[in-house]
Amino acid sequence: MSAVATLPDAEEERPLLKVSRLSHYYGSRLGCRDVSLDVYPGEVVAVVGESGSGKTTLLNCLAGRLTPTAGSVEFRMRDGRLRGLFSLTEAERRLLARTDWGFVHQNPADGLRMTVSAGANVGERLMAVGDRHYGRIRSTALDWLARVEIEADRIDDDPRAFSGGMRQRLQIARNLVTRPRLVFMDEPTGGLDVSVQARLLDLLRQLVADLGLAAIVVTHDLAVARLLSDRMLVMKGGEVIEHGLTDRVLDDPREPYTQLLVSSILQV
Amino acid sequence: MTDMDDARFPPLSNSLPRGERGPVGGSGAGADAGVELNGALSPLVGESGREGAPGAVLDDQANLRTYSFAYLDEQTKRMIRRAILKGIAIPGYQVPFASREMPMPYGWGTGGVQVTAAVLGPDDVLKVIDQGADDTTNAVAIRGFFQKTAGVATTTRTADATVIQTRHRIPERTLQAHQILVYQVPIPEPLRYLEPRETETRKLHGLEEYGLMHVKLYEDIARHGHIATTYAYPVKVEGRYIMDPSPTPKFDNPKMHRSKALQLFGAGREKRIYAVPPHTDVVSLDFEDHPFRIQTFKEPCALCGAEGVYLDEVILDDRGGRMFVCSDTDHCEERRAEGHRGALSGESR
Amino acid sequence: MYVAVKGGEQAIAAAHRLLAHERRGDRSVPALTLAQIAEQLTLAVDRVMAEGSLYDRDLAALAVKQARGDLIEAIFLLRAYRTTLPRFGFSRPVDTAAMLVRRRISATFKDLPGGQCLGPTFDYTHRLLDPLLAGDPDLPDPAERPADETAMPRVTDLLNDEGLIEPDPAETDAPVGDLTREPLSFPADRDLRLQALARGDEGFLLALGYSTQRGYGRTHPFVGEIRLGDVEVEIDVPELGFSVAIGRITVTECQMVTQFKGSAKAPPAFTRGYGLVFGHQERKAMAMSLVDRALRAGDLGEDRVAPAQDEEFVLSHSDNVQSTGFVEHLKLPHYVDFQAELDLIRRMRAEIAARQEAAE
Repeated sequence: MSAVATLPDAEEERPLLKVSRLSHYYGSRLGCRDVSLDVYPGEVVAVVGESGSGKTTLLNCLAGRLTPTAGSVEFRMRDGRLRGLFSLTEAERRLLARTDWGFVHQNPADGLRMTVSAGANVGERLMAVGDRHYGRIRSTALDWLARVEIEADRIDDDPRAFSGGMRQRLQIARNLVTRPRLVFMDEPTGGLDVSVQARLLDLLRQLVADLGLAAIVVTHDLAVARLLSDRMLVMKGGEVIEHGLTDRVLDDPREPYTQLLVSSILQV
Repeated sequence: MTDMDDARFPPLSNSLPRGERGPVGGSGAGADAGVELNGALSPLVGESGREGAPGAVLDDQANLRTYSFAYLDEQTKRMIRRAILKGIAIPGYQVPFASREMPMPYGWGTGGVQVTAAVLGPDDVLKVIDQGADDTTNAVAIRGFFQKTAGVATTTRTADATVIQTRHRIPERTLQAHQILVYQVPIPEPLRYLEPRETETRKLHGLEEYGLMHVKLYEDIARHGHIATTYAYPVKVEGRYIMDPSPTPKFDNPKMHRSKALQLFGAGREKRIYAVPPHTDVVSLDFEDHPFRIQTFKEPCALCGAEGVYLDEVILDDRGGRMFVCSDTDHCEERRAEGHRGALSGESR
Repeated sequence: MYVAVKGGEQAIAAAHRLLAHERRGDRSVPALTLAQIAEQLTLAVDRVMAEGSLYDRDLAALAVKQARGDLIEAIFLLRAYRTTLPRFGFSRPVDTAAMLVRRRISATFKDLPGGQCLGPTFDYTHRLLDPLLAGDPDLPDPAERPADETAMPRVTDLLNDEGLIEPDPAETDAPVGDLTREPLSFPADRDLRLQALARGDEGFLLALGYSTQRGYGRTHPFVGEIRLGDVEVEIDVPELGFSVAIGRITVTECQMVTQFKGSAKAPPAFTRGYGLVFGHQERKAMAMSLVDRALRAGDLGEDRVAPAQDEEFVLSHSDNVQSTGFVEHLKLPHYVDFQAELDLIRRMRAEIAARQEAAE
């Protein structure tokens, strides 16, 4: 993967997100257990596993959408200090969620406002952080629509009129417009045709590289993990069973379960 | 019917102190010309069993004793005053209050009526307008209600009023420090049509998360070339809370800004009270490159010739004939009394 | 010369005179007495008492008469009166197990202690108009039997003895909420929800209850029991140290036995929906119990997806005095707002026309 190419400077040696011994239970049922993980600036980490393996639970805990039963999640704020996610006030957490973070849902309808125009969807975060210049908001929106390959003349259409692939690209633009430092993605290519998936993956890979984004991508699709990520975690039954550089894990899986996954999926 | 006993129609507030604010009939202070005094009480409020049929209108003074000043009992008024004080302390914040059922329908001004009832004293002079006019039916009904239940002096003259209850307009004449403007509010939540859930909108206010509001304005401009909100135009109060100014035309928004008068807002059905204290910043939301603008009218008032006021359109015939006249009837009358004439007013009136 | 419209005051007075005239109708027809309404339109009176939240048959009858039979208007009249009454306190919970029962049916057990008792019901009547009722036919006296001493335990208590149904929540010292004295806020506890439902619009609750049966928030309901009869109302008198009966009211109670719930730890048990309404109002009590149960979805760990499960939606729209006021307020003048819209729409149309002209 290309991301290894640049040498980490001092800033990048410090993790952006620090997860320690995180567990989450739904009542007595296990969601995920004892997960530790550091994510560095500019690094893409994939979390793979079959459905029910706990990967979505983990993602929701990391993004502050679920409160973990045990363990901690810390994020390095712009002032350089690590802050525990769940010690932040809700106001701080929400501010984080609309500035420094992005969250790309599998179903774009969950992450978009379906009844307002594409331009407003992209512009919302800008307005939320205080931009009050219509012309500037609009030109930023146009710029971002172009980056995700949506025609400029669609800016005033609402996403209900968009195809699945366009909606997903719009969701990505909406998230990236504030230049977040960390993006969470939940099966970003799920539910799309194979050819549309390929195009989207290409676009994502380019954006991540251009913007130096850190991202955590949950997917059941090892091809997505190989294309996008530097490192990957394999989850099974709520626990991380294997963790390493993506190429290493996929080319030389150590755990029998990972070997099974790799052999059963990558042969297709 | 006649066998109904007294107990069924207990005096409304027989056990509650009325203090010194009881209706005092004709002795209302400053009873100047044009002041209307209290009339009859509605049924079901006195010891009507004794009187016979409770359908009978009671008009003898003795029965007034059973009735709290301005209808609401003192306990309720205290509760409302507390909400008002809290509202004043946190300008633009919607304070929940235990709105009462009033003898007029929800949506017809019950919030404004409760606020007025709570701030009204026997020396006050009350003006009630609806659509800017004193003689629209609902304004007449509400004014009549307070004449009956509080016996306060009423007026149509903005300058003479100490309390003005309004629906949909702010008087043209600049309000002064001794005046209170009480707005009737149907939907107090400016975010309601963007987010129907109360639990969520309260959170958005609490966290000052107002991006959604500008999304709406953005959409207007993108679709129509204009901010298409013409009334109930959202404002930011004292740099903090976004507030619905009630369905007044945006024309009136600038009058709220740093007004010398106290502005109180009552929403009865939605059980909210909010306030803008005197000299408070009230800023209409906009974009830097699409600044807030008020409506302008091409022609002056056809009766008094006033310009820069809000006008009502009156259709004169079915051939497209129309005229524009002041929506603020008092303002118009005052100007005509001073000799101003518009295009369609007679030579002498 | 144009003279602005005036005379709202006279118009209102005249309209109200005409209203009184129309209410009375043909003067050659004798006026209705309140006794006639209270005795012969009992169910209308019951509904007005229930949704008016005031148990007073005579006043409710008066309201029905004054409202010309418009029950929502009558409910409003009663509410506006009720709100002016001082609140002295609240009663002890009424004991429906000790009810003097006039009707009691269970759909879950064929026979049970105390038996099934049909009582006065439209059920099983053939809905054929009866021309005889155009007059005042002689009626046979109803069959009577002396009240027996057999206890009539509530079906839910019988189930509870076996642990098959979730127990009633334990009585606590927590003050009972009063939505007529405190503004409703969300999430609302069950006491407030039940209070809102008890005074909620019958038609609205009926439609919501029906929607749960059609799959919008299913609860698999069984009518455990419906009972109608008189209960004593008691209040605590602190000076005396015991409670005193202050009167007797007729109520309809419906206990809906619904979908069971359990987990690895807790054995499965049926859940409940509860309805209790003033007077004889079976439809309302049943609808109320369905909606009560649907609203408990959150507490019981079910997904809240259907309208009937959405507490903000249900409680914000169930009160017909509120909804009728706001719907009908659209009759009030809106000249000023409309003028503002007219102005904008004309301007925008003119701009488009100008653009088109320029393009041609």
